[in-house]
Amino acid sequence: MPNFESWGRYPRGEQKLKTLFWASDFPVENGIGSLLPAGMGRSYGDVCLNHGNSLLLTRGLDRMLAFDETTGVLACEAGVTLAEILEFAVPRGWFLPVTPGTKFVTVGGAIANDVHGKNHHVAGTFGRYVKRFELLRSAGSRKICSPSENAEWYRATIAGLGLTGLIPWAEIQLKPIRSRRIRYEATKFHGLEEFVALSEANLHREYTVSWIDCVAREKNFARGIFMVGDHHDVEEERATPKEKKINFPLNLPAIALNRATVGAFNALYFHKQIGKKVSKLIDYEPFFYPLDAVLHWNRMYGKQGLLQFQCVVPYENGLEAIDGILKAIADSGLASFLAVLKVCGDVESPGMLSFPKKGITLALDFPIREEKTFALLDRLGAMTDEAGGRLYPAKDARMTGEQFRKFYPEWREFSTYMDERFSSSFWRRVME
Amino acid sequence: MKGRKPVKMLVLGATSAIAMATARIYAQRGSALYLVARNEEKLAVVAADLQVRGASAVHTCVMDLDETEHHAAMLAEAAEKLQGIDIALVAHGVLGDQAAAEAEYGVAEKVLRTNLLGPISLITWLANHFVEQKRGTLAVISSVAGDRGRKLNYVYGTSKAGLSTFLQGVRNRVDRLGIKVITIKPGFVATPMTVHLQGGILFATPETVGRGIAKAIDHRRDVVYVPGYWRLIMGLIKLVPETVFKRLNV
Repeated sequence: MPNFESWGRYPRGEQKLKTLFWASDFPVENGIGSLLPAGMGRSYGDVCLNHGNSLLLTRGLDRMLAFDETTGVLACEAGVTLAEILEFAVPRGWFLPVTPGTKFVTVGGAIANDVHGKNHHVAGTFGRYVKRFELLRSAGSRKICSPSENAEWYRATIAGLGLTGLIPWAEIQLKPIRSRRIRYEATKFHGLEEFVALSEANLHREYTVSWIDCVAREKNFARGIFMVGDHHDVEEERATPKEKKINFPLNLPAIALNRATVGAFNALYFHKQIGKKVSKLIDYEPFFYPLDAVLHWNRMYGKQGLLQFQCVVPYENGLEAIDGILKAIADSGLASFLAVLKVCGDVESPGMLSFPKKGITLALDFPIREEKTFALLDRLGAMTDEAGGRLYPAKDARMTGEQFRKFYPEWREFSTYMDERFSSSFWRRVME
Repeated sequence: MKGRKPVKMLVLGATSAIAMATARIYAQRGSALYLVARNEEKLAVVAADLQVRGASAVHTCVMDLDETEHHAAMLAEAAEKLQGIDIALVAHGVLGDQAAAEAEYGVAEKVLRTNLLGPISLITWLANHFVEQKRGTLAVISSVAGDRGRKLNYVYGTSKAGLSTFLQGVRNRVDRLGIKVITIKPGFVATPMTVHLQGGILFATPETVGRGIAKAIDHRRDVVYVPGYWRLIMGLIKLVPETVFKRLNV
């Protein structure tokens, strides 16, 4: 049986895989160690791994259960992916209230990590749109959880990293759209001050995110492209066009990504846009999911995999902290092309362990070059800590237990809601 | 019935992964469905899914299809509820425990009852019904395992070989009357039935197989292998002389 990898393909290990096809397949029989539900394996580090124990694969729970065409409330099983929801909902005039940078995640995974997206500054996290869900516990109990019913279980399970029990289904509030297309604007910037000025000037726009060059130094330091989008507001055809997917066919050798190749790529990307600013109408797919067009793009990093770093630092003094982090990254020469910067809003996250909070968030990938990458990540983690920020468990493979407990002081309360049979590689790591 | 028009479809064994994947395609076309399965809870979930995805009507019937004495009443009700059946998909079946069946005839008999006798009862009624209404498509899930007996699954293979042969005969009888009989031979499919075997590159998803079945129905084919490369694989396997084959571990 093929083993289950997280998206970063690190850490590696073996675990027993048990596929769930029906909610009634749970609880599973005893004797296979601790359990952890896992969906598409798109979290980067080890929150979706349970090495030496068992994973409950939830993709078999992929049924829609109810849809109200007037209110946009969709009930579906937790193994349904956001891609499947979009395929269903967009032609009917509805869209995800919040979406991360890939649509290849399950509803259960989106809840368990309380994911956020380009509209965080106005919409908050995915969990805010989860009206209710069911929670099955390994001891056999079933609970309906919502902001008003079993509210503490609701708060523990959203961003609960799959540790509070199995979510068989959930109800999601979708939002109405009139077009598949996005009114898109992109503006080049040089330096973080320009980035912040653009962010503040565009607070009223629905989606904002920036690509930032983490390799360039000196006069090109912190150059990037600030991207803005709103749903096009004209009623038009929303049927799904034929998709053309490319599969990244092989693992690149470790040497393929280095300062020279990534630097050249970044320069090309930056200069591809000739003017300071462009605006156009584009389909939502390339706007939200540019990388989803290439399946298995993580193979670009080779067999040794990648580490992702994502921090959020408080808005006050945030610029200084991000500046320091970016300099450390640029000096290391380890950064990849894929780096994003965004201002998060102050909409409250519903989960006890939700990651986003008001501030500036930076996310980027690093190819794993053994100790060199680990040392850099540890340094960035310490800088985040000093700045009063925190790291995102869904992206993490390196934060220490001490850091986790400081970043998420509600961990102690959270742990009282954990299912006694559930655990994960991540949880064991940060409880050490 | 060609193309993407809504149809009236009967699905027997509606909670099987292949049946679900196929039924979704017809639900999305706005078809009316009559679903039959043994487990009430699972059937309700599948019915909800198909309704949400666009089926114009979803009727359900909980029954064990091994009970052939109840087939006629159930099928008559399906025809009445749907006001005529355009397509019937016979999709229920079990893999069975080969080792247990080798040790005990009763186990083998049960596999044959579920995979062969039950379907023969259903197909007999449906073929006659279709002849009477002068139209109809009968799509039946057999298996590549019926193409050649192997030590790993010959009881299952026997049931499917019998089913394929039965369908050949029915086709030979009713095709000239405008009734379509389609034998579907999936290869390895990643489903709950095969969860203990999975892993090879030859495993297809139920979605792939569902699309293959819908295509076979839309294009009015006789015998289809899904995915199509299984026609080649089984063609080669059938060519191996028995004197050699009997020594192989395949």
